[in-house]
Amino acid sequence: MLMRNVLVAPFLLSLFELNWKCNMSAGHRRLDIEESGDVTIAKFVDKKILDEGNIQIIGNQLFSLVEDDGRSKIILDFSNVEYLSSAALGKLITMDKKVKAAKGKLRLCTVRPDIYEVFAITKLNKLFDMRDDLEQALEGM
Amino acid sequence: MSSIEEFDVTIPSATAKGREIQEQIVGGMESRGYAPRDVFGVRLALEEALVNAIKHGNKMDPDKVVNVKWEIDAEHVRVVIEDQGEGFPIDDVPDPTDDENLDKPGGRGIMLMRSFMSVVEYNESGNRLTLEKRTDDEDGDEDDD
Repeated sequence: MLMRNVLVAPFLLSLFELNWKCNMSAGHRRLDIEESGDVTIAKFVDKKILDEGNIQIIGNQLFSLVEDDGRSKIILDFSNVEYLSSAALGKLITMDKKVKAAKGKLRLCTVRPDIYEVFAITKLNKLFDMRDDLEQALEGM
Repeated sequence: MSSIEEFDVTIPSATAKGREIQEQIVGGMESRGYAPRDVFGVRLALEEALVNAIKHGNKMDPDKVVNVKWEIDAEHVRVVIEDQGEGFPIDDVPDPTDDENLDKPGGRGIMLMRSFMSVVEYNESGNRLTLEKRTDDEDGDEDDD
């Protein structure tokens, strides 16, 4: 019995690790991550950030960058984003708080005019550091 | 004068079902040549309204439903969303742009609806919402309270 458990345990651990990686694999990945020096550029994959379940996943992946990976300089690239609900804004606010608590910097870039209007209406363009494009967002990070 | 189409659908308290309704309404707008900004605004307002009805009105109760009636022609789209909740005090909704509310994660849905729609009206109890977008409403902001 003991010998069987010893043989089975590593196999189960491998399955667990594979499952964890699959959860962050292409099928569930909502962010494309790139590095520029010590700056993390996280580009949203989805055009429509509306679905509550999807927003929850996106939020978790954003927070993981700070809480699990220890990244402190993060740029969120909105190039692909065509629609954004207020629930998504909530996750961004929480992300901003986490980055500030970690004494880091968070910037948003390449936000389309319709989406920028949503930030302006809600005055969140005053809360977030928003830049026109990635080049401007990288300056002085 | 363009023909008007009317719809009356009842959905369970599931946000995915709300999204199906959203796609039907937005699809109707796009097929009638509504401006992209109007389509954007209505989609956003519908998302906020339907999530409010399902999450806050019906508290995601699977035994409760949301009724959605809408009419559409080339000049306007009007949507009435009614949940089976107890409603809420409409006049007590805090301003999310006040300094003390700016970093709160919620509370922006109604403000966004009012910014993009021509009409946003609740019934007295707050469980029935009427949204309307008119093509002759250039600035998109709601004129009345």
